[in-house]
Amino acid sequence: MKKKLKVATTSLAGCFGCHMSFLDIDERLFTLLEHIEFDRSPLTDIKHCSPDCDIGIVEGGLCNAENVHVLREFRQNCKVLIAIGACAINGGLPAQRNHLPLTTILEEVYHTSPGLKNGMIPNDPELPLPLDQVHPIHEVVKVDYFIPGCPPSGDAIWKVLTDLLAGKEPELGHGLMHYD
Amino acid sequence: MSLTFTLDGKSIPFAEGQTIIQAAQAAGVFIPHLCYHPEFKPHGSCKLCTVKVNGRHTASCTMRAAAGMVVESETEEINAERRALTQMLFVEGNHFCPSCEQSGNCQLQATAYHLGMMSPHYDHFFPNRAVDASHPDFLLDFNRCILCSLCVRASRDVDGKNVFALSGRGIKTHLIVNARSGQLGDTDFTPADKAAQVCPVGVILRKRRGFAVPIGERQYDKAPISETANDNC
Repeated sequence: MKKKLKVATTSLAGCFGCHMSFLDIDERLFTLLEHIEFDRSPLTDIKHCSPDCDIGIVEGGLCNAENVHVLREFRQNCKVLIAIGACAINGGLPAQRNHLPLTTILEEVYHTSPGLKNGMIPNDPELPLPLDQVHPIHEVVKVDYFIPGCPPSGDAIWKVLTDLLAGKEPELGHGLMHYD
Repeated sequence: MSLTFTLDGKSIPFAEGQTIIQAAQAAGVFIPHLCYHPEFKPHGSCKLCTVKVNGRHTASCTMRAAAGMVVESETEEINAERRALTQMLFVEGNHFCPSCEQSGNCQLQATAYHLGMMSPHYDHFFPNRAVDASHPDFLLDFNRCILCSLCVRASRDVDGKNVFALSGRGIKTHLIVNARSGQLGDTDFTPADKAAQVCPVGVILRKRRGFAVPIGERQYDKAPISETANDNC
C-alpha cells in the first residue's frame, strides 16, 4: 500500500472557521483518510510537527510571537505549505487593527473601557508578545499554495487537496474562488 | 471595405476612431479593465487592459484601433502582468472582502477571480485612511480606493459638480472631496449623481443598504466578470 501523506494543521490568528469548513467536507473525510494521516493538528492534539510532514495547512495570520514560532515550525517540517482563509492570506479581520498603535488598543481593551478602572495590561512572561501589526503568513515564510475564502467552502478545500493528491496544480474555478 | 484588426487571432471589425477595447467589447470579447468605462473619456491609468499591439505593450482603452493591427490579450504573459497589477492594488489599500458591502459586486474582486489571483503575493502597506460618514445618504471608505478616477470623471463630466479629485503624486496619490472641510457632507453630492453609481469597488457606498443582497445572488456570484462586463459597462 502506498504510504499515507502526513498532514499537519494549525490555527494562528484565526477563528477556527477554516478548520470547521475543513470538516464540512463531511463523509469525504473517510476517502481523504485513505490517503492521508493527521500529524500535528487541533484534530489530533499532537503538539509538534513530525520532521517529515508532507502538507502543512495554516489558518490565521500572525498577531504575536508564538504565531511566528509555530509558522516557522510548520515551514521547517512540511514539504508543502498551504495558507487557508482570508486571515492567513491578507491578515483578515485581526489585521484591521493595523492602523491603530498597539499601546492604544491594549489601553482601551484592558484599562480605559467602562468598568475597567483598575484594569492592567497583562504582562505574564507566559503570554506571547503581540506584534505591532498583524501580518499574513507569506510575509514571513514561503507559502506554496493558497485557498482564499472566509472561510473557503468545504468544496474548495476538497478541490485543492484532491488536486494536490493527484499531483496537479490546484485550481479553483468560478463558484469555488471566493475572498469572502 | 470594412476595417478589421486581429485580437488573439480573431478578426475584430471596428469603426474609425474606436479604441481597441471599444471594438473588442462590441464584438463580445472581454479585455480585463478597472478604470475604463464606456460612458467616460478613458483615463488609461489602471493598465489592466494592457494588450500587445504588434508586439508592443499599450493600454487598449486609449489606443485607437487601426486596420491590420495584430493584438494579443489572453496570453499567459499578459495575464501574469495583469495579475501582478491587481495584487499591487490589493496590497496598497485595505481590501478586506469579508467585511465589505461591495463584496460579490466588486469589479476589483471579480477581476482578481478572473485572473486566478490566489494571494496578494506582495507585502501589505496597511495604510491608515479615514472613513467619511458625513453625508446623510453616502459613506466614503477610502481604504478601498484604487484611484480609477471614475467618480472624478462622472462628477465633473456628467454631474457638472466636481465633487471628487485625485490629489498628490505617485504613491501619494489619493482621492479627495472638493469641499473646504474635505467632507462629502459639505458638498452638493446627491444619490441621483452619476458619481454615486460608478465606483467599481467599495468606496462610495449608499448608507443603510449594506449586505441587502444575500451571498449567492450577488452580481459576480451568478457569472464571472468575463461574461457580464460587456452587459453593464
